[in-house]
Amino acid sequence: MGPLAELRGITKTFGAVVANDSIDLRVLPGEVLALLGENGAGKSTLTRILYGLSQADSGSILVDGSEIRMHGPADAMAAGIGMVTQEFSLVDTMTVTENLMLAGSGLGRVNRSAAKAKVLEAAARIGVAIEPDAVVGTLSVGERQRVEIVKALFHDCRLLILDEPTAVLVPQDVAVLFESIRRLTADGMGVIFISHKLHEVVEIADRVSILRRGRIVADVPAEGLVPAQIAAMMVGSADPVAEAASGDVVEAEALATAVGLEAPGAGVAAGAGVGAGAVAGAGAGAAAGAGLPAGELSRSGVLDIDRITLAGTGKPLLDEVSLTVRAGEIVGVAGVSGNGQTELVSVLCGMTPASSGAVRVDGADITRLDVTERLRAGLGRLTEDRRGSVVLNLSVEQNLVLEDLDRFRTGPFTNRRRIKEHVAGLMERFDIRAKPGDPIRSLSGGNMQKVLLARAISREPKALVASQPTRGLDVGACEYVYSQLRALRERGAGVLVISEDLDELLGLCDRIVVMVSGRIAGDVRAAETSREELGLLMTGMTAGAGAHS
Amino acid sequence: MDFPLLAVLAATLTIATPLVWAALGALINERAGILNLGIEGTMYAGAFVGFLTAVTTGNPYLGLGTAVVAGLAAGALMGLLTVTLGVNQHVAGIGTTLLLVAACDFTNRLLFATGTQQAAASFERWFPGLGVLAQYPMTFVAFLVLAPLLWWVLRSTGFGLRLHAVGENPEAADAAGIPVARTRYAALMLGSALMAVGGSFLTLSLLGTFTLDIVSGRGWICIALVIFGRWKVWPVVAGALLFGFTDALQLQLAITPLFSGVPNELLIAFPYLVVIAALAVWGRRVRYPGAYLTPYRRA
Repeated sequence: MGPLAELRGITKTFGAVVANDSIDLRVLPGEVLALLGENGAGKSTLTRILYGLSQADSGSILVDGSEIRMHGPADAMAAGIGMVTQEFSLVDTMTVTENLMLAGSGLGRVNRSAAKAKVLEAAARIGVAIEPDAVVGTLSVGERQRVEIVKALFHDCRLLILDEPTAVLVPQDVAVLFESIRRLTADGMGVIFISHKLHEVVEIADRVSILRRGRIVADVPAEGLVPAQIAAMMVGSADPVAEAASGDVVEAEALATAVGLEAPGAGVAAGAGVGAGAVAGAGAGAAAGAGLPAGELSRSGVLDIDRITLAGTGKPLLDEVSLTVRAGEIVGVAGVSGNGQTELVSVLCGMTPASSGAVRVDGADITRLDVTERLRAGLGRLTEDRRGSVVLNLSVEQNLVLEDLDRFRTGPFTNRRRIKEHVAGLMERFDIRAKPGDPIRSLSGGNMQKVLLARAISREPKALVASQPTRGLDVGACEYVYSQLRALRERGAGVLVISEDLDELLGLCDRIVVMVSGRIAGDVRAAETSREELGLLMTGMTAGAGAHS
Repeated sequence: MDFPLLAVLAATLTIATPLVWAALGALINERAGILNLGIEGTMYAGAFVGFLTAVTTGNPYLGLGTAVVAGLAAGALMGLLTVTLGVNQHVAGIGTTLLLVAACDFTNRLLFATGTQQAAASFERWFPGLGVLAQYPMTFVAFLVLAPLLWWVLRSTGFGLRLHAVGENPEAADAAGIPVARTRYAALMLGSALMAVGGSFLTLSLLGTFTLDIVSGRGWICIALVIFGRWKVWPVVAGALLFGFTDALQLQLAITPLFSGVPNELLIAFPYLVVIAALAVWGRRVRYPGAYLTPYRRA
């Protein structure tokens, strides 16, 4: 059987960076090809080229053996290639049917009832229920993803590219997605599956292709592979260039743990907080316990959230949220996005006043304080929106001292010399790879996060609120963030981590609470829980019933 | 005192006509994500070019045709600035208005420097003597053809869906294979043509001549009406009728003896105050199109 689609010698450069270096890739009918690689390895570039969103410098794309000229997504769709990206390409203000009619409907009259019937038919084909007249903005993330898949099928797609489809899903939705993928491949469709979660790759993929620095470094059947082997291929053990590029000189073992694996040879998790997580709850527990010597655990709460309520239109956005983070403890907040996590962070950081309730840092009530006074009271924060937490046009140096200019003041003027010394110290200690005068907008996400970490941690906060601290960072940078958060814990601070990545929470936290509809729906020790239990809690099915009463 | 209600209603429809044309043009632009502040100048150009053609040829239909051409050109200019070059839409729009108004005034002075008022061949009212129905052709077209047709196009055609998509989420539109730039150009040119027709109504139907500052802020009123109508055809038409009614009312009051003590300036300001009040009440918390004011560039 010939390949469904084939890439030959695809090369794409951005300035001096070779994103794709003569890549050959083929997808057979009925197979799931997992395309793996660290952030920046070239996966996104490659899929964008295959979907016509970007043009290769050289190389060719063949579908069913004949070459296709790609000028835009329309050509890809016509050739039977569909893509579901991490950011959905849906118009929120339109209905499901309208969104699906967008492509290929021409300019004239559209046939709504026929389109509706086609939506239902495609939904049945992947085994899910979809309401054709629902406005997309009202759907859950899992439902939107199903709409995206149906959209691809709508245009007789035979090769479906799924770019990190599970990153935004609760485990229950992942199961539905995998069932849909199996139905499609049984129909003879080809699927390119991109994911960072290796246990998912092992579960669904038929073949694994690994990209590193723009090249395919492995293309092997998935049969019999275990996650550790894949991780080793991804980071490419003794490869100095890859290590330098990842931002930190980290052992391949540590990188493997950071992507959610227990490295063969063990011992990593017991060290000074190097182990970053594990696939199974048991492994995660070992890592978390290691950072918590039994006798040193202080019982006093450094961050005390006391029945915080935030009124919304209709039902409250936060409903009597109570939570204590003790000194020397990392507490995670899990939950499907949009269940009050953003609002909680906003209330804690002083951006939104709570309707009722109190927040205390180390015993002092900060509920009515503004942002500056909160920082002074010992609250540190690492917000979700990295680029919104810095002033993009200011330099690294200026951003580093932005929050405590008062400390560097002589009368009405800033003291340049003291700022320079302070900044030089921070840049060395936090390994920020830039010059102090560089505009911060020129920094990579990982480096920018280091600046923010440096700014927050240099104030020695008693409690740190870290929202999505590793979103969009590559493996090396993630590991760096974890090590800094753990070091802060060792020094006796309390850390609250809000994240959508369950593996991250399981690996990093001592305790995990789950938020559902603005309430705390569960509070479990990380060592004693599992992805499955958290997933169930996140849907509000078990503890949720109790919270309602 | 018996109040001439029918006359006021008839005047309402007449006054609302250029607003319906231009505001629906602005609605098409904004649905595609572009705030076209060139509207005032485009209406002015439509008024002047239409008048000029009608004076020269003696045919108001030819005047209407050249007004449409002027509108298409003004829309293409806005497209060049905001779509192709990605210029700030406020700056591009105000610049377009200044350019078109000045160009028309300049040409007007060159051609009619003597100052004698030229009368152009203009449209006659249909159904004279039939009260409210004694209206200019473009009034009938605006309410009975343009508004329902646009409503249908936006709702039930691929073109309508495309406009909605490029104005709301151009990334999604691009991913769906919709040519974002071309769709925005089409929206700008079509919308600007409607604005120019609205402007030409002032010269070719209402006055039969061109005077300086003939548009006098009607374009800005239309921008407000589109927000007031939340980018929906019928609410925008209703807004135009509301403005038309208050304007007709103040005109009537100005010649009603009972109100002779009220300063004329206050009466003239009345419809504008109503628009401001209406916006203050219904124009808050509106949800603007997702890609409003944003040029689209592929990542």
